[in-house]
Amino acid sequence: MTMLDDTSGQTSAPRQTPQALIAARNIAVFLAKAPPSAFGLIVLAVLILSALFAPLLATHDPYVQDLQNTLQAPSAAHFFGTDELGRDIYSRLLYGSRITLTIIGLVSIVVGPIGLFVGTVAGYFGGKVDIVLMRLTDIFLSFPSLILSLAFVAALGPSLNNAIVAISLTAWPPIARLARAETLTFRQADYIAAARLQGASATRIIWRSIVPMCMPSVLIRLTLNMATVILTAAGLGFLGLGAQPPLPEWGAMIATGRRYMIDSWWLVTFPGLAILSVSLAFNLLGDGLRDALDPKQMNRR
Amino acid sequence: MTLNRQHMRGALGQGASILVTLFGLLILTFVIGRIMPTDPVRAIVGEDATQEVYMNVYQELGLDKPMWQQFFLYLRDLATGDFGTSIRTGKPVIQDILHALPATIELATFAIIIGACLGVPLGVMAAVKKDRWQDHVIRVFSLMGHSMPIFWTGMIGLLVFYASLGWVGGSGRMSQFYIGMVPDRTGFLLIDSAVAGQWDVFRSALRHIILPAALLGYSSSAYITRMTRSFMLDQINQEYVTTARVKGLSQRQTIWRHAFANIRVQLVTIVALAYGALLEGAVLIETVFAWPGFGQYLTSSLRIGDMNAVMTCVLIVGLIFITLNIISDILYRVFDPRTR
Repeated sequence: MTMLDDTSGQTSAPRQTPQALIAARNIAVFLAKAPPSAFGLIVLAVLILSALFAPLLATHDPYVQDLQNTLQAPSAAHFFGTDELGRDIYSRLLYGSRITLTIIGLVSIVVGPIGLFVGTVAGYFGGKVDIVLMRLTDIFLSFPSLILSLAFVAALGPSLNNAIVAISLTAWPPIARLARAETLTFRQADYIAAARLQGASATRIIWRSIVPMCMPSVLIRLTLNMATVILTAAGLGFLGLGAQPPLPEWGAMIATGRRYMIDSWWLVTFPGLAILSVSLAFNLLGDGLRDALDPKQMNRR
Repeated sequence: MTLNRQHMRGALGQGASILVTLFGLLILTFVIGRIMPTDPVRAIVGEDATQEVYMNVYQELGLDKPMWQQFFLYLRDLATGDFGTSIRTGKPVIQDILHALPATIELATFAIIIGACLGVPLGVMAAVKKDRWQDHVIRVFSLMGHSMPIFWTGMIGLLVFYASLGWVGGSGRMSQFYIGMVPDRTGFLLIDSAVAGQWDVFRSALRHIILPAALLGYSSSAYITRMTRSFMLDQINQEYVTTARVKGLSQRQTIWRHAFANIRVQLVTIVALAYGALLEGAVLIETVFAWPGFGQYLTSSLRIGDMNAVMTCVLIVGLIFITLNIISDILYRVFDPRTR
């Protein structure tokens, strides 16, 4: 029954360190209870390992062309076959995981702070600041993220970096919304009032007291968003607006493989499976995390 | 249904916020248009134009004026229904888009029907069997739909169901053979061909739409399933459900007559929002299936930097999204007894 106690502590208690520990234990307990989430975690571990050890795991150089061996079917020499320039698809996929991780990492680093900033400032100050910031958020939210990213990339010019910028520009509003909602729930709390009476500046209160409280839910939201981020990045790559060849980005690999699809199914199949499993992993994990940290769900029979 | 004063005030406040969002949307499309790297003057006058001709057009387009004046010129043009001319097709952008939209709406509507028919029953079942194996299987199945790169699934679908099995039509809205046989009345091929009594064309169109629509529908069913499950869980844990059970109603009656009846309103709003999200998948799947719709128009305009076309496409998607939000809001207010 400790779990129930923990969740109730999570919504009200302002203490910070124990809270992170409680959250971590909740997560661990929940993962053990939900096999799909555990599966998600395993896939992500595989992704990180293959990105780290790509040079060791790869059987070929991902960029070296071998025009003698183009469009070879999967075999012992080439696990996933070769593409139209004779490059080993298995090795390219391994190196592609580095690009995927870069996109995920950079987008999180940009989107998390922006969302937190906009959300906490809007929530803490309220009034006109809130109205202006939330209107801005709504405007960005009134687009499907892929279409807005498409427009931004078209404006900035197609490249991997611009794709990351465009995705970040469209991915912060949900975070800001969430951070604002969280801030509103404890803006009136006694400990915030106490800090204010002690003469703490607004910056200090937001940074030291409010931001840490928003962190858990923001992190979950980021995890859930990663699936969308990966699909958007792959979509941009597929349309030729993201990573450019010869980079082994999975979406771009599918785009080039499309021409040879009918006779050489492996060109599009394996990169697609890679995208599918990583985005599925993030969805499963995020889904589990959300349940783990939602006290309402925990108390259910 | 009577609207009282509170309703009116709520509607007014909402109206104001919609106007602000709309204005922001216009600023956003304007900014996107202005930072695009293509030179709108070159696009009109061509590569060989003299400096003099270039400068004339430059001034005609108002590009020598300050940014904010340009923005108001843009607004004025929009107000008179002038969305600019497409560089690619040489026709007014709005005409191109209106021509392409029916194909996309047809596809998206077909898809949302599939998505709702799949998502709602699965969501109900997942809620009833919470934490049992059925719940886990449904969760993985629906998250799978949400995780698919739809352009890839489209290709694999074409490989399997068209190239190998031959169960469905290939790309396009109908077989090459039938193109131009049906007069363009509504732009919706299924309706047009049925009205014209061209059942061969109708069958061909059906064979072509079924695969992309099924894939889009599957991908949108994830959201519908998840929301249905969570709405149902809220109901199942309430006392009236227990009461119904105690009264001796069967499981089926308790679930469908009582619990499900109470979530129908929420479901309608969810389906409306899912419909908007479908547009995004439509952009990608249209390029795979060579579907001559809005998505394909947008992507081909993007590739060559057709500024007016891109700006208007973005504007229209934003408008569709805002409209769907308003519709789902209104439905919620009108049908939910608690807001009466």
